Amino acid sequence: MTNTNARATAGTPANDAPTAGTPIADAPATGTPTAGTPDAGTPTTGTPDAGTPGAGTPTADTPGTVTPDAGTPTAGTPGVGALTAFEPRARFRDLLASEWIKLRSLRSTWVAYGATASAVIALNAGTAYDTYSNWTQQDSEGRAAFIRDGIPLATAFNANALMIMMLALGAIGALMIIGEYGTGTIRTTFAAVPARRSVMAAKALVLTAVTTVFGAFAAGASFALTQLILEGRDAGVPLSHPGALRVVLASALLAPVSALVGMALGTVLRNTAATMVTAGVLLLVLPVAFGDDGHWQAVVGHATLYQAWIRIVEVGFAPSPFPWTASGAWTVYAVWALAAAVLAIISVHRRDQ
Amino acid sequence: MIEVNGLTKRYGGTTAVKDLTFTVHPGRVTGFLGPNGAGKSTTLRMILGLHEPSSGTVTVGGRPFRERPRGLRQVGSLLDAHDVHGGRTAMAHLSALAAGNRIPRRRVEEVLREVGLVKAARRRIGGFSLGMKQRLGIASALLGDPPVLIFDEPLNGLDPEGVRWVRDLFRRLAAEGRTVFVSSHLMSEMEHTADQLVVIGRGELIAAESLAEFSARGTRSCVMVGSSALPALEPLLTAEGATVRREDGLLAVTGLTAARIGEITQRHGIPVHHLSARASSLEEAFMELTADSAQYLAGGTR
Repeated sequence: MTNTNARATAGTPANDAPTAGTPIADAPATGTPTAGTPDAGTPTTGTPDAGTPGAGTPTADTPGTVTPDAGTPTAGTPGVGALTAFEPRARFRDLLASEWIKLRSLRSTWVAYGATASAVIALNAGTAYDTYSNWTQQDSEGRAAFIRDGIPLATAFNANALMIMMLALGAIGALMIIGEYGTGTIRTTFAAVPARRSVMAAKALVLTAVTTVFGAFAAGASFALTQLILEGRDAGVPLSHPGALRVVLASALLAPVSALVGMALGTVLRNTAATMVTAGVLLLVLPVAFGDDGHWQAVVGHATLYQAWIRIVEVGFAPSPFPWTASGAWTVYAVWALAAAVLAIISVHRRDQ
Repeated sequence: MIEVNGLTKRYGGTTAVKDLTFTVHPGRVTGFLGPNGAGKSTTLRMILGLHEPSSGTVTVGGRPFRERPRGLRQVGSLLDAHDVHGGRTAMAHLSALAAGNRIPRRRVEEVLREVGLVKAARRRIGGFSLGMKQRLGIASALLGDPPVLIFDEPLNGLDPEGVRWVRDLFRRLAAEGRTVFVSSHLMSEMEHTADQLVVIGRGELIAAESLAEFSARGTRSCVMVGSSALPALEPLLTAEGATVRREDGLLAVTGLTAARIGEITQRHGIPVHHLSARASSLEEAFMELTADSAQYLAGGTR
């Protein structure tokens, strides 16, 4: 094995007497229990075994491994001292690279993203096709009303597709960390990078980036496809249509937010079943269970992602006894995303792994 | 160098590791021995900062391992060969580890060659045998070329050739001046691998010394003597300070060498048809000492 980053701190008195005198070079070779016996006290005159690159001469086949204080061993000093490691400055982007490799090297990642994207786009396109097939508007006035009522935008990304996307992305986010806990890989990960919070931050960031791209693709493709189908009835709208970009954006961003929620739950619960149930409750059950029946119910309901999405994509929303603003709904997105990321990052710090 | 000081770990009401103190020195292979459930893995996890000690400290190279931002260039470890994701290829697994520690890509190929997994590099780990997973785990431990290496039961699942390869590797790593700490529950595995031993039982330290010192702590070696005149021989030997006991028609003598016994029998004209020295095995020493610890912890009754 080439010794790329270890160097000998030769010349310093060895930290402990038995090591100092023990002729290391032959101790392992004997196999008999002689190491550590009294003869260890006699100083060895011999130089370290020639085959030990770590001792004395630092090998410099990696740039930057040469350290100025790696002096030559003085005569009579132990052949093998304590090695110290060359440690380059820790960079966060290395962890991003590591997490990205982990993510893309799993076939299941691609299957999960592919299947979810197909399901979401197919559901939206299917709804659009339904409208296309059962077209009732005969004149241009009807078509104008159709567009004015915001139906093309409502078709661009419907609630069923959204719920499926939220749940699937929650699972994808959760599995990014549960996959490590379930297989024990987490120990390998944290033994390699003891800065656990940095690892989790890198994981969260990679997940956010990938799922944002995913969300943009799913929402963008859904919009393009649905409007193309509606165009067959001359009722599609372009992305420049008022509110269109908002629909695409709100739907796309729910992908990373849901994924972060899944990752946070997975990090805290470390168990697939518990995580999936909790994610289902938080993402789908709560927003349906808490309607505008009373003030506090409305507050809870408005704090859910699904209701926030509805508030944002809605065109000419129905009057509610508890109205709220679209920017309030965007804030709900941000709070969920941030809270989830923070929870995922800090919860690994204290607990045993 | 690994320094463990007063290390204690409690999980709820049970104490897994109790007041453990020992030092693992560089330049030799140190065996970490104990029966199953003795607290070896718990100790190793605390060394690696994965578990927080209830009390006590543990440092690697003078610092708690968790204080280091990156670990692979400091400590290479193999805790459990199954601690890998079966869906990844060996190459991807090592590449991810290398990337996070800023280790050049070529190291991945180097360690794969070193452990003999080049041909399996692009296969998914899920299809690996235990022996191949052990090799992969050793490869990941070597990745950062660290001064300290920790292996938990690395010989499990390896074929005889693999066992020999691992032993040679450990010796070479130690000869390069590295600290090599290897756990096992089988004394026989350590007998041909380790120079030093740290032995624990029920979470407590039993011994931390050289292999030679440890084996001397077990039953002292004895000499088996066979003679047609045993009744006459017995008092002669005890007069010389030996302890004797009958065993399968032979006399088991402790306290005298075979040469000395030969002299005595010759001087007294006692016919001898059997004379053999029997060294106590490390296995016996190990069993004896760990049994003692179990007895002590069970409250002095056996």
